[in-house]
Amino acid sequence: MFLQVSKLTKRFGGFTAVSDVSFEVAEGEILGLIGPNGSGKSTTFNLIAGALKPDAGSVRFRGDEVGGLPAYRVAHAGIGRTYQIPRPFKKLSLLENVALAAFYGANSRLSREKAFELAKDSLKLVGLQETKVEGLGASALKKLELARALATQPKLLLADESLGGLDHAEMDGAADMLARIRAERGVTIVWVEHIMGVLMRVVDRCVVLDHGVVIAQGKPADVAKDAKVIEVYLGTDAFA
Amino acid sequence: MIGNYPLHLMILVLLWGYIYTGWSLMGRLGMVSFGHGAFMGIGAYTVVMLWNHFGLSPWLGAPAALALTAAVALVIAYPCFRFKIVGHYFALVTLALSEVTRLVITAMRDVTGGSLGATPNGALTEGRSVAIGALQFSDKWVWLAIIFAFWLLGLWVWRLVDRGMGRLALQAISEDEEAAASIGIHVTRAKLQVTLVSALMTCTGGILYAQYQLYVNPDTVSGIAISLQMVFGVIAGGMFVMLGPTVGAAFTLLLAEGLRLAFGNKYPALDTTIYGAMLVLFIIFMPKGILGALLDLVRRPRRAS
Repeated sequence: MFLQVSKLTKRFGGFTAVSDVSFEVAEGEILGLIGPNGSGKSTTFNLIAGALKPDAGSVRFRGDEVGGLPAYRVAHAGIGRTYQIPRPFKKLSLLENVALAAFYGANSRLSREKAFELAKDSLKLVGLQETKVEGLGASALKKLELARALATQPKLLLADESLGGLDHAEMDGAADMLARIRAERGVTIVWVEHIMGVLMRVVDRCVVLDHGVVIAQGKPADVAKDAKVIEVYLGTDAFA
Repeated sequence: MIGNYPLHLMILVLLWGYIYTGWSLMGRLGMVSFGHGAFMGIGAYTVVMLWNHFGLSPWLGAPAALALTAAVALVIAYPCFRFKIVGHYFALVTLALSEVTRLVITAMRDVTGGSLGATPNGALTEGRSVAIGALQFSDKWVWLAIIFAFWLLGLWVWRLVDRGMGRLALQAISEDEEAAASIGIHVTRAKLQVTLVSALMTCTGGILYAQYQLYVNPDTVSGIAISLQMVFGVIAGGMFVMLGPTVGAAFTLLLAEGLRLAFGNKYPALDTTIYGAMLVLFIIFMPKGILGALLDLVRRPRRAS
C-alpha cells in the first residue's frame, strides 16, 4: 500500500484528538480527509507530516514506517505538505522560498542552479509570478504554499484546507489546480478540508472524521449519503 | 613609515574585525550570541596555559583550543537548537556561558593567574625578534601580515556562507523553524554548522590576541563585557554587509581609545556602559549599522534617478 495509516492515536493531556484512526491511500489517488472543525483532521495530517509524534499506531509510506520521524526526514521520504494558514519565509523572495524547498527536499543531490530551475517550474505550475512575498493576497499565498511543497519533489502531497479564505471562483480554481498537479506530476494527494462541496468534485475517495474517529469512508457520492456524515454536517453550511 | 601606535591600532581593528565577522555569521541569521567571549577566552587561555605549564607550542596548543571550543559549542548549542531555545532565551543561555568561562578562568588562579591575568613565557631572548615555534614575534609588521591574512580568510568565509543555500536555509529557520523542517531542512544541523564555524573563528581570534598582546586577562578575553563589545561592535558597524563588522571594529576601538585618552582609568567600566547605551540607540535608530546606513544613503539617489 502507498500510504497506510493504522490505529493512529494522539492525546493532548486528557483530550484524545485522534483515536485509532486507520485508512489507506492508493498511489495516484486524491483522497479527501474531511470533517467539521475540531474533528482531528489537522492533527492526523500533522502526525503523518512529522510535525507531531503519535502516541500509538503507525504510518507506513511505501513500505517504510514514517510515524514519529522528524519532519525533515518525512520530507526526504517524499511527503510534502502545505499549511492551512500560509507560512511563507517573508525575508526571502518568492523564488528563493520555492528554490530552498527544491534544494533541501526529497532529492537533496540537486545543484543550486537546478534547484532554482525546479522552483521556476513549480511556480509556473501554480501560476505565480516571481515577486516579493510581501503584499501577496490570500489566494497567492496558498499558491505559494503549494509551489513550495511541490518543489520538494513529493510522491505524496498533503494539502491542508487549501480553500479557507478563498471565494467561490478561487475555490474552484484551487480544486482544479490539485487535479492538474496530479495529472502533470503524478503526485498522490491527501486533501484536508472542511468544506465538502468543491472537494467532492475532485477527490476519488473520502475519509470522514468526527471527534477524532473515522465515521465513514468511500466514494464521495456514497459518503455524502451516509447518515452519520449527514448528522455531523447537518445545520452547517459545509456542503456549500 | 607608520609609527608603532597606528600600526597597533590597525592590527587590532583587523583582529577584532575578524572576530566580529565570525560573530556576525550567527548574529545576522537570527542567532544573537552573548557567548562568544567564552570561545575567545578558551582560545587565548588554552594556548597560553599549555605553553606555560607544559611547554607545548601554540602550534599544538591551537588545535587543542579549537577542539575544546568545538566541544563546548556543541554541548551548549545542541540542546538549545534541539529544544528550540531561540531569541532572548538563546541570548541568555549564551550570556551565562561567557560569564561561567570568565569565572572558571578566574577561579583557577593557581593555574591561570586569576584576575591578574597571565603572560606567555617569553621566547624572544637576546635580540631574537622571531620565535616561530612559540608563535612570538616582536615585529608588528609580522603581526599585521598574519592578522591581515586571517581577516581576509574571515571575509572569504563570510562570502562563502552568504552565497550558499545554507544562508537562505538559516534565514528561513530564523523566521519559522517548523515550516523550514517541513521542506526537508535539518534545522538543528544547519544551526550547528554555522555555530561551529563562528565559534572556531572566534577561538582563533582569541589565540591570535593572546600571542600578539603576550598577555591574557579573564576580563579582556572572556565574560559579559567582551561579549557585549562584540554584539555592540557588529551592530554598530552593520551585520548585513561584509565589511560591516570591520567598520564596527574600527568604531569600537576608536571609541575605546578616545575614552581612554579622555578619562584614563578614572572610571572603570565606562566603556561598557557607553557600549550598552549606544547599542540601544543603534538598534532603534540605525539597525543596519554605520556601513549599512551609509550604503543606503549612497544607493538611494541612484534608485530615484
